[in-house]
Amino acid sequence: MNSSESKTLSFWEDDGRFSGIFSWIFTTDHKRIGLLYLYSVLSLFAVGVVIGLLMRLELIAPGSTIVGAQTYNAFFTVHGVVMIFLFVIPSIPASLGNLFLPMQLGAEDVAFPRINLLSWWLYIIGLILILISLFTGQGAPDTGWTFYVPFSEYTTTNVNVAVIGVFILGFSSILTGLNFITTIHRMRIPGMKWTKIPLFGWALYATGWIQVLATPILGITVLLIFIERTMGVGLFDPAKGGDPVLYQHLFWIYSHPAVYIMVVPAMGVVTEIIPVFARKHIFGYKAIALSSLGIAFAGSLVWAHHMFTSGMSDTAVMIFSFLTFIVAIPSAVKVFNWVATLYKGSIVLEPPLLYALAFIFLFSIGGLTGLVVGAAGTDIHVHDTYFVVGHFHYTIFGGTVFGMFGGLHYWFPKIYGKMYNKRVATTAWGILFIGFNVLYFPMLVLGIMGMPRRYFDYLPEYQLGHVVSTVGSWIVAVGLILMFYNLYRGIKNGEPAGKNPWNAATLEWTTLSPPPKLNFIEEPELTRGPYEYKGIEDDAQYQ
Amino acid sequence: MHAEEKHIVEFNVLFKVLIALFVLTGVTVLAGNIDLGYFNVVVALLIATAKASLVVFFFMHLKYEGGLFKIMVLLAFVILAIFIGFTFFDVAFRAN
Amino acid sequence: MTHNINKDYIGAKIGMWLFLFTEILLFGGLFVLYSVYLHRYPDEFHLAGQELNVYFGTANTLVLLTSSFSMALSITALQKENKKLCMVLLIITMVLACVFLVNKYFEWGAKIHHGIYPDSPTLLERPKGEIIFFGLYYIMTGLHGLHVLIGALIIFVVLVLVAKNRVTSSDFVAVENTGLYWHLVDMIWIYLFPLFYLVV
Repeated sequence: MNSSESKTLSFWEDDGRFSGIFSWIFTTDHKRIGLLYLYSVLSLFAVGVVIGLLMRLELIAPGSTIVGAQTYNAFFTVHGVVMIFLFVIPSIPASLGNLFLPMQLGAEDVAFPRINLLSWWLYIIGLILILISLFTGQGAPDTGWTFYVPFSEYTTTNVNVAVIGVFILGFSSILTGLNFITTIHRMRIPGMKWTKIPLFGWALYATGWIQVLATPILGITVLLIFIERTMGVGLFDPAKGGDPVLYQHLFWIYSHPAVYIMVVPAMGVVTEIIPVFARKHIFGYKAIALSSLGIAFAGSLVWAHHMFTSGMSDTAVMIFSFLTFIVAIPSAVKVFNWVATLYKGSIVLEPPLLYALAFIFLFSIGGLTGLVVGAAGTDIHVHDTYFVVGHFHYTIFGGTVFGMFGGLHYWFPKIYGKMYNKRVATTAWGILFIGFNVLYFPMLVLGIMGMPRRYFDYLPEYQLGHVVSTVGSWIVAVGLILMFYNLYRGIKNGEPAGKNPWNAATLEWTTLSPPPKLNFIEEPELTRGPYEYKGIEDDAQYQ
Repeated sequence: MHAEEKHIVEFNVLFKVLIALFVLTGVTVLAGNIDLGYFNVVVALLIATAKASLVVFFFMHLKYEGGLFKIMVLLAFVILAIFIGFTFFDVAFRAN
Repeated sequence: MTHNINKDYIGAKIGMWLFLFTEILLFGGLFVLYSVYLHRYPDEFHLAGQELNVYFGTANTLVLLTSSFSMALSITALQKENKKLCMVLLIITMVLACVFLVNKYFEWGAKIHHGIYPDSPTLLERPKGEIIFFGLYYIMTGLHGLHVLIGALIIFVVLVLVAKNRVTSSDFVAVENTGLYWHLVDMIWIYLFPLFYLVV
């Protein structure tokens, strides 16, 4: 084929060296890797959702409803491990980040395309190990996703394989972060100063640093679990001089920053969406960029707020409680800037914006309830109750996942070159938003009433809350099915979308939809800032 | 630009660094034999840090790299120091 | 469009440094544990540390420092287009890595021979602080030893690349990055040595 043909061929058709499925699983094209990740994480999301639905069904009435206690323990462990390590952590950076970061920078790929592919392969290997841990040995892990000692050292369930899987997943995440940091440093098109980088890029930059600096601690922590189980060194065993609380320190040194690996990219997506649909320059570009770095840094200081009731020193409880409130500052900076961007904008209520608005609302509830658990005094009351479960689902599902759905609806036309049915998308969003609150708000109430988390049974006075919550889970399921069905229909029979259906200003919208293999036909030129909408021509193909 | 990118560190510079590293190893072994109480750890870590700095700045060429590399290395060590230091908010004040 | 994305010299080095940070933090988790347990069991750590052989430790320190030196020299040699000297220096580095590992093997062997290894009955009879000390000793020097082994293998790969002229004086970032990795391994030992062999 001649070169001009190959240049306009979209990345879907341009197979490169291999053909068939090998042109996907051995690709070094960041867009194909992004899609591999997208389909992988969404499949795992489906698995996690099904287990979540089963858990809610079990909890519809006190006592054993559909499963026994041990199965329920496996359920919440697997739900947590799958959702955290296999879905949420890779979700936005590895899928949407891979797809759009290089394009937003005007680059033709990430800095290390082969390491990018390796990162997906490691993800698949980790995934396989975790699946093996479910179905072999003496049963699925029952420790919760946190693998707390001493139970994780002594349970006979298949923890060994699972922690090695988590170790490998950690490396996959590190390689993504390493790649993105280098890409942002080295691959920007000429003229793109640091203050011209789209804020999604800034979010991924901050996330990359957390991935690089915090994830290794998780690596060594789960490795130590493995070593303790196989060799009995005793580092966390009081009988041998160890200190189990130190396990919790190590675990949360990673896992608290990890919640910012989860949510900062979603904030980046929301920051991209809001100015486009408010037709206004983002309010406070530098404040938002710096607040991403600020969250990343402050998030590394506060891990021990997960341990207020673990027997830490009172001094540590007070210091970490105080430090926790610092994280609220950069988070609030973002929320205020988003709202200020919307203020007096000419708002177009398209599906991506609806998801972004839902993000702001749900994440604000998540963040404010976070202050309740971050304050040592109130935490003593709600620790390990459904309040905490409600809180982190508001931040992670309401935050990260709604952000990801918003990003999917925003970039969908760029990925597939087609548009989904916007009316159905709006309906699905409404169902999801209502279902979400019906599902999780009762958990906040249940928690304050004293319902402990991770229990498969409960006292009759908690039943009303549980029934409402379970009904909410069904509404969410309907919303998810409708949303994905609508997107699937869009891929199959959607209207052609054109280059720039949203009239956005970042570079990925200047190329074809779907983009060619090397992203741009001509070397792109940076003619405007990422949020300067003046003079953007209406896309002729799609209104 | 290229001269700065690809700096050549001369043999004799590297050799002097090696000698310094050997001397510091000797010093740290000797210091280990003197009982300074709690300060033994401090002295040992200071000498180790001096040695590590020599390795990082000369063997690893950090002295000849741009500011970006220096800031990044500093950041990594600051974060590690925070992880170790903040853990002591707990363990140093734990009532046994 | 330009197609030199794989030839970005500074980019390759940034990537390598970032990887080194992950290694530092990987060991960092263990240093967190070490510092807390040293704080908790200063006397036991002192007693147990005296059982380690300072001569072995010092010898291994000098071996590793010298290997770092030869590694650094090999880069300079390659930059000065002296391919043969570069290869000789890489081989010396590998040999020194093996010397280190053999040393370590005898050191561990002697301890295990005396019944001191994780979860051993002899060790479990000792005070708690000493159990932890030797636990950390085996895990930290073991993880470090694993890195020495991996480093030696990578140096071998780079040696082959230099021999085949795939790595040259104009494109030597592979040697440089291998060197960075090797120096990091050296640097971690620089801390492990006083903490285990010379500790109060």
